[in-house]
Amino acid sequence: MTGRGARTIRVDTLARVEGEGSLYIKLVGERVGEVQLRIYEPPRFFEAFLRGRHFSEAPDITARICGICPIAYQMSAVHAIERALGVRIDPAVRLLRRLFYCGEWIESHTLHVYMLHAPDFLGYQDVIAMARDHRAVVEKALRLKKIGNRIVQLLGGREIHPISAAVGGFYKIPTKQQLRDLVDDLEWALEASLETVRWTAGLQFPNFEQDYEFVALRHSDEYAFNEGRLVSNRGLDIDAAEYEDHFVELQVKHSNALHSVVRGRGSYLVGPLARFNLNFDKLPEVARKAAVDAGLRPPVKNIFRSIVVRAVELVFACAEALRAIHEYEPPAAPRVEAPNRIGVGQAITEAPRGILYHRYALDDNGLIVTAKIVPPTSQNQKRIEDDLREYAAQLVVWPIEEATWKCEQEVRSYDPCISCATHFLRVVVEREDVKD
Amino acid sequence: MLIIGCGNRERSDDGAGILVAERLRELGIEANTRSGEAVDLIEAWKSADDVIVVDAVVTGAPVGTVQAWDGRQPLASVSTTASTHGLGVAEAIELAQILDRLPMRLRVYGVEGRRFEPGAEISPEVQRAVEEVVRRIIADVSAPHDSGRPNPHNSAFY
Repeated sequence: MTGRGARTIRVDTLARVEGEGSLYIKLVGERVGEVQLRIYEPPRFFEAFLRGRHFSEAPDITARICGICPIAYQMSAVHAIERALGVRIDPAVRLLRRLFYCGEWIESHTLHVYMLHAPDFLGYQDVIAMARDHRAVVEKALRLKKIGNRIVQLLGGREIHPISAAVGGFYKIPTKQQLRDLVDDLEWALEASLETVRWTAGLQFPNFEQDYEFVALRHSDEYAFNEGRLVSNRGLDIDAAEYEDHFVELQVKHSNALHSVVRGRGSYLVGPLARFNLNFDKLPEVARKAAVDAGLRPPVKNIFRSIVVRAVELVFACAEALRAIHEYEPPAAPRVEAPNRIGVGQAITEAPRGILYHRYALDDNGLIVTAKIVPPTSQNQKRIEDDLREYAAQLVVWPIEEATWKCEQEVRSYDPCISCATHFLRVVVEREDVKD
Repeated sequence: MLIIGCGNRERSDDGAGILVAERLRELGIEANTRSGEAVDLIEAWKSADDVIVVDAVVTGAPVGTVQAWDGRQPLASVSTTASTHGLGVAEAIELAQILDRLPMRLRVYGVEGRRFEPGAEISPEVQRAVEEVVRRIIADVSAPHDSGRPNPHNSAFY
């Protein structure tokens, strides 16, 4: 009648994630008890902060929500406001926005693949320890990320907190020559990304597949960034304006971030895996071939393999950036004027970590009456908990330290940006004695 | 000399480094602002020999305490940099050491912060510490060079 020891997987500060939160898992004997991803940061500050501000301020204000993906915030903001105002942008501006997003994807995916996630697979505490043994790999990552930075800096107008994106277009647009100056770097980056796919495909992945509802934007002839229907592998096919009819945000006691669920179904997954599985046919040939050669075909149901999928998306982002640069002809004007008008507009764009929903209601002076922002990490939050409930069950026989490490790795597969969702991830796994 | 203020103004005391840079600019001294993300920082100081970095830190010292470190030495005590990014200033320095990308001279000023949530007011102690760091950097910039002659392009840290 002796009980198994009570154990707690406890990671007080989950490293290599963006932001601050904690993970608590309670193991009761060999059964998994409570699983809670706790996010402390008050998330709704920005929504309140936007009220009463003119719509033209929204791109710059929302860009400050996240240091890693400011472009995503700017893109969802401008598209939602343009829909509210009935503004139609120049096709050249649309192309520049795609290029802008490519820059952010290159920066963000490089950071995550090499700096945050690869150390898990290679058995290092962090990228610093990894750099001692894998210097060339880290050097390559630095160069790749810098190329993403160059794009963002050129189109964003400065190194941090980009300021050039505007409702209706850009405040300042680049010359063709400025874009052509990026080509040599991007051609190198494309090769480096292909090497990244091969390199990540050679890593060892835990055997862990889940039956996910994948949710991503889908566009008729592109791998979607800024435009498309929101679709899932379970029949969802909606416009951004219908988002709140199909997704609800639930308050949970243990987190400051709201849990987002598909109405009537539950948790879902956004981000690289969802995009790859739903839009594989829209990837350019070079990215599709790289994926297939690496043994990756949709549906990929193992979240740990998201590191390979991110590498495939790096290939896409470099190829797409090159295409945009080759096709670019400057627009007649950097932006079209946006009138002050009453309206409500919603938009969804594909941030590096998944879909980012914005809704704005504007008054006749162009002031924001209400704003709603649903970041990708809060959408994945419940899914991360659901995963860990299953994954921790596989780990009950492991020593607590190793189980904890594996759970952290699982969470990092999502590249959670908790500072977006609301800041450190602390992981706590608790084991409780049970009597047989 | 390259002066870099790191942080995020929208996150209360995390804005300390940015406020220092902005105040220096008002006084006619060139200073950059950065998020403090490690890769970006290594890139930013690539072609500089003499660098000062300012960031908010959490070391357990009283709020508003200003500490200065020689960035060419291990920075174990600064590993709790409170920036809201996966890899911060301390990691940038450690990584740059391994990759031989540290500037010849690197001075780090850390301002002890308390609040890092979005929208909260900056702590008065941190506000005062910003002024102290500004004064110390001005002294660094205008300090006599080793030879004893004033030289604004050299610091006299060492």
